[in-house]
Amino acid sequence: MGVPTVKIAVCIKRTPDSESRFRIAASSAAIDETGLKFDIDDFAGYAVEAALQINEKSGGGETVVYALGPDNVQESLRKAMSMGADRAVQLKTDTVPVDGIAVAKALAAELKSGGYDLILFGKHAFDTSAGVVGTAVAELLGLPCVTAASQLSLENGKGTARRELEGAAELVTFPLPAVVTIDEGVARPRYPSLKGIMAAKKKPLESKPAQLGTVRVTVAKAELPPERPAGRIIGEGAAAVPELVRLLQTEAKVL
Amino acid sequence: MANVLAFAETRGGELRKVAFETVTAARKLADASGGGEVHVLLAGEPGIASRAEQLGKYGADVVYVAESADFARFARESLAATLADRAKAGSYRAVVLGFSAQGRDLGPRVAARLDAPIVSDVTDFTVSGDSITVKHPAYANKVIMSLTVTGSPVVLSVRPSAFTAVEAPKAARVETIHATPASGPTITVTEVKEGAKGRPDLGEASIIISGGRGLKAKENFKLVEDLADAFGNAAVGATRAVTDDGWRPHSDQIGQTGRQVSPQLYVAVGISGAIQHLAGMRSSRTIVAINKDKEAPIFKVADYGIVGDAAEVVPALTAAIKEVRKGH
Repeated sequence: MGVPTVKIAVCIKRTPDSESRFRIAASSAAIDETGLKFDIDDFAGYAVEAALQINEKSGGGETVVYALGPDNVQESLRKAMSMGADRAVQLKTDTVPVDGIAVAKALAAELKSGGYDLILFGKHAFDTSAGVVGTAVAELLGLPCVTAASQLSLENGKGTARRELEGAAELVTFPLPAVVTIDEGVARPRYPSLKGIMAAKKKPLESKPAQLGTVRVTVAKAELPPERPAGRIIGEGAAAVPELVRLLQTEAKVL
Repeated sequence: MANVLAFAETRGGELRKVAFETVTAARKLADASGGGEVHVLLAGEPGIASRAEQLGKYGADVVYVAESADFARFARESLAATLADRAKAGSYRAVVLGFSAQGRDLGPRVAARLDAPIVSDVTDFTVSGDSITVKHPAYANKVIMSLTVTGSPVVLSVRPSAFTAVEAPKAARVETIHATPASGPTITVTEVKEGAKGRPDLGEASIIISGGRGLKAKENFKLVEDLADAFGNAAVGATRAVTDDGWRPHSDQIGQTGRQVSPQLYVAVGISGAIQHLAGMRSSRTIVAINKDKEAPIFKVADYGIVGDAAEVVPALTAAIKEVRKGH
């Protein structure tokens, strides 16, 4: 083929559907999960797809998915395998801490001896929206790390990526092995085929206890943001423009 | 009493707005921790030392200047190592960065190097003895988490624009330090593509004009551009549908998977108001919506809505804004 094959790890998180309407749990320190639909986090989904495309292009290699958490993460791991990942590993914990460094330590301990050329993460997960784990894993393993890549390709054992900055973009190259955290734009995740779903049932899913670091960040309280006052339509068409300008000047005071 | 270390972000040899906000947040944290000093790391190309004085204006007691030709581009490994080494050299309560493209990258690196806990995208905080409790908008701004973080130091990244930079003049002592080179394999920046010149960044703009599918064609984004020009210093944003279609670059996307903004004024043109988009802009102070469909969800969050065709309403608004601003 001429294209060297690579071994890729993708670390995924299971998060609730981002379109959901959220309520706060009775504990006041979490969301109420009743009735919510959970799936592979959006950015982690792009990472799975990116890995599959890299290995399809080389016609070989291996994609291994990892998730840390209770047994319900197995559903997400199974889904990643139904998309095409070869095998999966669950790092078992009762809950997923909000302490990114504690999670990163568990993943780094597991990935250290995996012999991976590339380790992918989503740039952040929808729930915690913190973006810590991937980069921290890279530091703990002493690997180069490209964060928030919106384009990614591998050629001749070297990676190239694009990152969006505020009002600019950065093009980078990096040596393997490396960690890359994935932004939107890299790849739209495929839907699992029926054949893929059947095949995933026979693929290996290993479960082992996570070696979490000390948890030093905890949720004290969760609350919904204040509601905006109900919207107001001030008029129709260009005729409403003078009134809008008046309100922007006198009421909103932004002019 | 405990000192706090802040990272002053620069690009192109200039301090960024978030640098001053970071120093202000660090000042607030030092005051809340019994009135320690604020130390700032200013890392950049040779010559960056001339910017140190500006940091004193916002309350820096000491500015550590690390100059290196490597810092002409975002040399993340060396920057993280320099910041972590400075943090180790002092006995700091916290290391504060901005939750910007640079800070998002550097924060976790520094936390891992220091084996310190990190809290990201912080909009407010309180200090109580050994613990700091921060406000952090999670679930794409739909849930506000209060997180308690223990240990010292902690790494804390602050949301751009959440802390308004406040002048607190000090005659900052300037000390030169060495940049720590990267110790392992590094990323090479081959090119930096600058975006549209002459407009502020979405995260820093106080006025944003945004366009959606209701504009019907890529060319009609000129209406949005013209309105932004009429306001003067406004930024231009877009919905995901529009960036997916290639009408605008991906970096212009406002929404759950794009930029999250909270300007003083957000004008949504031809935007229906999908949840994905609202998640990125609903914390704006004043929202104006112009949309043909009076049932569009954007009108539920708009302080001022006009039902109408963008092609008719926007040029009229542009003309009216120009007229108002003539007097300025």
